[in-house]
Amino acid sequence: MFENLTQRLQETFRKLRGKGKLSEADVEEALREIRIALLEADVNFKVVRDFISNVKMRAVGSEVSASLTPGQQVIKIVNSELTELMGGRESKIRYAPKPPTVIMLVGLQGSGKTTTAAKLAYLFKKQGRKPLLVAADTWRPAAIKQLLVLGEKIGVEVFSAEEGEDPVEVASKGVDRGKFLGCDTVIVDTRGRLHVDDDLMAELGSMQKVIMPQEVLLVVDAMTGQDAVNVASSFDERLELSGVILTKLDGDARGGAALSTRAVTGKPIKFVGVGEKIDALEPFHPDRMASRILGMGDILSLIEKAEAAYDKDKAVELREKLKTAEFTLEDFQDQLEQMQKMGPLDEILRMIPGMSRIKGAADLQVDEHHLRQIEAIINSMTPEERRNPEIIDGSRRRRIARGSGVRVQDVNALLRQFNQVKGLLKQFGGGGKAKRRAMRKGIIPFLQ
Amino acid sequence: MVDSEFLEELEAILIQADVGINTTERLLSGISERLKESRQREASDEEVVLRALKDEIVAVLGPPEPLRKAEEGPTVIMVVGVNGTGKTTTVGKLGHRFRAQGADVIFGATDTFRAAAIEQLEIWGERAGARVIRHEEGHDPAAVAYDTCQAAKARGADYVILDTAGRLHTHVNLMRELEKTKRVVGREIPGAPHEILLVLDATAGQNGLSQAKTFREAVDVTGIVLTKLDGTAKGGIVLAIRDSLEIPVKLIGIGEGIDDLRDFDPIEFADAIFYDLDA
Ligand SMILES: Nc1nc2c(ncn2[C@@H]2O[C@H](COP(=O)(O)OP(=O)(O)O)[C@@H](O)[C@H]2O)c(=O)[nH]1
Ligand SMILES: [Mg+2]
Repeated sequence: MFENLTQRLQETFRKLRGKGKLSEADVEEALREIRIALLEADVNFKVVRDFISNVKMRAVGSEVSASLTPGQQVIKIVNSELTELMGGRESKIRYAPKPPTVIMLVGLQGSGKTTTAAKLAYLFKKQGRKPLLVAADTWRPAAIKQLLVLGEKIGVEVFSAEEGEDPVEVASKGVDRGKFLGCDTVIVDTRGRLHVDDDLMAELGSMQKVIMPQEVLLVVDAMTGQDAVNVASSFDERLELSGVILTKLDGDARGGAALSTRAVTGKPIKFVGVGEKIDALEPFHPDRMASRILGMGDILSLIEKAEAAYDKDKAVELREKLKTAEFTLEDFQDQLEQMQKMGPLDEILRMIPGMSRIKGAADLQVDEHHLRQIEAIINSMTPEERRNPEIIDGSRRRRIARGSGVRVQDVNALLRQFNQVKGLLKQFGGGGKAKRRAMRKGIIPFLQ
Repeated sequence: MVDSEFLEELEAILIQADVGINTTERLLSGISERLKESRQREASDEEVVLRALKDEIVAVLGPPEPLRKAEEGPTVIMVVGVNGTGKTTTVGKLGHRFRAQGADVIFGATDTFRAAAIEQLEIWGERAGARVIRHEEGHDPAAVAYDTCQAAKARGADYVILDTAGRLHTHVNLMRELEKTKRVVGREIPGAPHEILLVLDATAGQNGLSQAKTFREAVDVTGIVLTKLDGTAKGGIVLAIRDSLEIPVKLIGIGEGIDDLRDFDPIEFADAIFYDLDA
């Protein structure tokens, strides 16, 4: 850990020299990776193309922040651009000034409309509203029954007719029923249909004219691939969607469809479905979705943590001290503090790009307990003692041990190890080899 | 020489058909080999290149593979997949096909989880003329599978088709449940299940590969049914699946009607990918 942190800091400085601004080459190199990542996440080909060219324009010539490499900087820009693209607009339900608010759910077959209708009703009910479900999918076998069963489970009334009845009429009667019952929200479940099915698309158009919903929400399966743009733009052209609900996000799909639908319709994603349970419906978080699509969550959190915790001046100072072996227990304490700001150590180790490929890194264990013990010991020293450990005699050791709740032997061990490290640093002029040797020998105590 | 613009166009078409970058690149480098071999490298003819690419795709997909049949006793087919891909509909269509061949067919309603899934299968059973073995919602799916096998043996039925609950492949306990159902079937009827068909939605993107991989690990998928090809999605992920997992596509779904099931034809499939280019 010790080595990795300092090494990384050094690497940063090396790269930073003469690299204050992102060059076109830096950007292009990073964007090649990004393009592949987005395509693998199922973001539509054309959407990716436009997105990459926008990012390129924004990134070339921009400042590289002190704590990041140019590659990381580009990823950071990409991520904020993605987040912005998917967020922005208000993504709450638009309620009608005069109830009931009518919500129509539309989409392809099997995207999850019926389940989502029930989840929405349950959410509204929990919020103290009075919803009504309308089973306007009179076509798919047992679709009505499915909604009836779900409605009963959550204690929400369901308006239904016989299978085969005209769906527009059912929807219209359903809304009337909602008014009659004094419901403030009416959710209309519709039959799944292909966006290229002219008759069925026209049917939705008529339904919309009759029931005049505040919300027309397209339900999209998160596992959808490139076709998401065709689906979303066709439904949007016909119905002027008010938003999108993304379902089945509890799987391992990266969910590029979220970006694709957003890019071609400009309509916000209002909810995401994250499971088969009735309460598995959540508000949409653009930032989480962006990092999921990008698939570089590890690097992103590393960037975040490095930026938050990094203290540039201290790093320079430390580097100088390592060179001259003026490294004191006080510096050690600083280091520990910085590292703790970054979070659990083995987590950070795992986040370092390429770490998993390093031999033996997988079983590199950070002994957090031991680390905290060391910190406590150092904290119990006086500033004087930290700067000049030589003055720590027997009685000081006992005091420090009492103060930090450890045994005297533990204090002794730390001082011995510290001296060994210092000796090595002096011997090798602070080079990486000495530290590696120290690590191998187990001298740097919390790395085993 | 074919200009690189045309190759880029082909790449764009493949990616937009959900073939995925890796497989797209493999296919495109595959055709340069093919063109070399056939000494048509100088060919400026775009048609030759397109032909080579289609051939490459057909080669990856392999020859059509018919459904397996038990040598003796009932043939058992398990239909599996993630939620909403068209499993129940496919069970109905398949039953109808076998009935039309004069076979005796039994459906097992092992989706005891989704609301009204049992009723949905019963309607398909009526349409297809297949008996449906069912328990109540929430019951153990393996028990339903057991009863279905018993009924099939008692009656000397030709086909048992089990409709299973949709499940995301990432839910480990649900995948275990599927394994258990399969084991029970194997105990009751030797050699069963003879087919485990993964129903894959043609609109699926790269996640289709992950679905195929996990379902295969759990229950040894023997074939794929690619549904919803009547839309604009091409289902190109099956190329990656065939390429890396060697699971063949056996059937396709081209609509919601009982007749909308076809045997998979690799040549038609390859043609369909480039439909817009030809037009
Ligand atoms: N357009 C089209 N729709 C299909 C096809 N196969 C199934 N569906 C529809 O997809 C939806 C989900 O089907 P279902 O069989 O209930 O899926 P399951 O959840 O996997 O059992 C239903 O609305 C079906 O009518 C197909 O090949 N084409
Ligand atoms: Mg089903």
